[in-house]
Amino acid sequence: MIVSPEIYNEIVALEYRYARVLDDDRLEDWPKLFVERGVYKVIPRENWNREPKLAILFCDSRAMMVDRISSLRTANIYNIHYPRHVIANVEVLGARGGDYDVAAAYTVYQTDQEGQTKLFSVGQYLDVITLGENEPRFREKIAICDTFNIPNLLAIPL
Amino acid sequence: MSQQTAGVAWPVTDGTRVPFEIYTSQDVFEREQERIFRGPLWNYVALEAEITEPGDFKTSFVGDTPVVVSRAQDGGVHVFVNRCAHRGATVQRHASGNTKEHRCVYHQWCYSSSGDLTSVPYRRATTGFGGYSPDFEMKAHGLRKLRVAIYKSVIFATFDPSAPSLEDFLEEPLLEAIDRLFSREVKVLGHMRQRIHGNWKLYVENTRDPYHAALLHGFHATFGTYRSSQRGFRGHDRARAHSAGGKYGDDFAKPATAETVGDDNYIASYSLTDPSLMAGRPDFNDNINLAITSIFPSVVVQQIMNTLATRHIRPKAPDDFELYWTYFGYADDDAETTAARLKQANLVGPAGLISMEDGEAVELIQRAIVREGRDCAFLEFGLVDDDPDKDTQGEDAVRAFWRYYQGIMA
Repeated sequence: MIVSPEIYNEIVALEYRYARVLDDDRLEDWPKLFVERGVYKVIPRENWNREPKLAILFCDSRAMMVDRISSLRTANIYNIHYPRHVIANVEVLGARGGDYDVAAAYTVYQTDQEGQTKLFSVGQYLDVITLGENEPRFREKIAICDTFNIPNLLAIPL
Repeated sequence: MSQQTAGVAWPVTDGTRVPFEIYTSQDVFEREQERIFRGPLWNYVALEAEITEPGDFKTSFVGDTPVVVSRAQDGGVHVFVNRCAHRGATVQRHASGNTKEHRCVYHQWCYSSSGDLTSVPYRRATTGFGGYSPDFEMKAHGLRKLRVAIYKSVIFATFDPSAPSLEDFLEEPLLEAIDRLFSREVKVLGHMRQRIHGNWKLYVENTRDPYHAALLHGFHATFGTYRSSQRGFRGHDRARAHSAGGKYGDDFAKPATAETVGDDNYIASYSLTDPSLMAGRPDFNDNINLAITSIFPSVVVQQIMNTLATRHIRPKAPDDFELYWTYFGYADDDAETTAARLKQANLVGPAGLISMEDGEAVELIQRAIVREGRDCAFLEFGLVDDDPDKDTQGEDAVRAFWRYYQGIMA
């Protein structure tokens, strides 16, 4: 659907901020882009068309996202890399009150310590974004991985 | 006397030394496909819960060979190589589905859901146009079938007519471990896949190695989420091909302490801000909250809290395998239990809070073991001469894996 340029710009700006927070290693700021009861899921595409839609990463509160990040920082061992999230094809699919259903394509590359870059994941986001009186935030972000065979492991959120 | 495996020499045969070439050699990989994956033992391919209706199928692998696991119209389960008897093309191109027939797109050779050839286009010759001779036998040109055996709805297949019965291959307490998880009707919740650049045996070792568990995987110790009694159990078949191991715990929700986790690992400097991750009721009354059953060669059956899964190790090359998780619950789970399982999926799989490290550990080894192929991994943790069943933390099950492997590869 067509929304005003102001609204579209706010939505795109939130998507870009999302990518930058992750790519700049400001992981602690990642949960702040969601509302308190926000939902974040990574669902392999082969699970998307069945019930239930098993996610490989599933947070249904901002607190769970905070826990995920503190685990990455303090407990988990994963491949050392720089991620790069590229978000495109941002399209508003619907609107209800101040909430917008948004679809976008994502690509995530990983660059290792020797400067070699590999395509890590391609897929789409299906988001619910709220533009209220406060900062725009995600109520929901579902990353559906076309790359549902995960190269090694998934640590930093898609 | 030194023993060799496809040109790789073992300095000792007790499993305490593993030459790095065993993880990198193409010759070894080829021999494994022949002796192990086409040898006299059973390979996990799927769960019956994935093919419940007549005509249901899913593609799987035995070693690196693509197969179709299919439920025929009469309800029987069949496993056949996914390769057309005519020209060798892939017949079934979909990962799963339901079909009355499996038809090769190249020349339309058509097979039943039990793998028999049912029709061939232009079978009878007309003047100047094709046809097969009158003694062409449909029966002789079916898809290559494997023997199938099912234990408690877990489907295994073998190429080798001389393989013993599945029950004789597994033995107690492996059968008990399967009984424990599969005595109720299973419902598949979905799949997870990882493609790991490492040798498949590095992952098998990982699933038989309790030494690394609390040292590599920091989540439970850091968040004080897992209250282990430090009491483990260990079981195996007589040939020690397989390993069943695990740990007792008590209430999931009780916080860990230095006594329950062990002084070396207890950090608990954090707690979960949203403890709903650990919500859930035990599925069993035996206080086992971690059970890892590693069945030779390539499947792991796991219960970690309320997470239930098979992990199918699918070798692709000496330095490449797929890890295919089938995550399940029970048909009679209520909504709350299913919700707990879906949330606890955060713990396992490629993004698992307590499992993501395993893929990294495998790749760290594969990346470093270049050049000095005769150098060896050192596996002496947990006294070698001790009773293996007493020490549930040592590397004994890994050593046993290598002894069995040497025998079957000889």
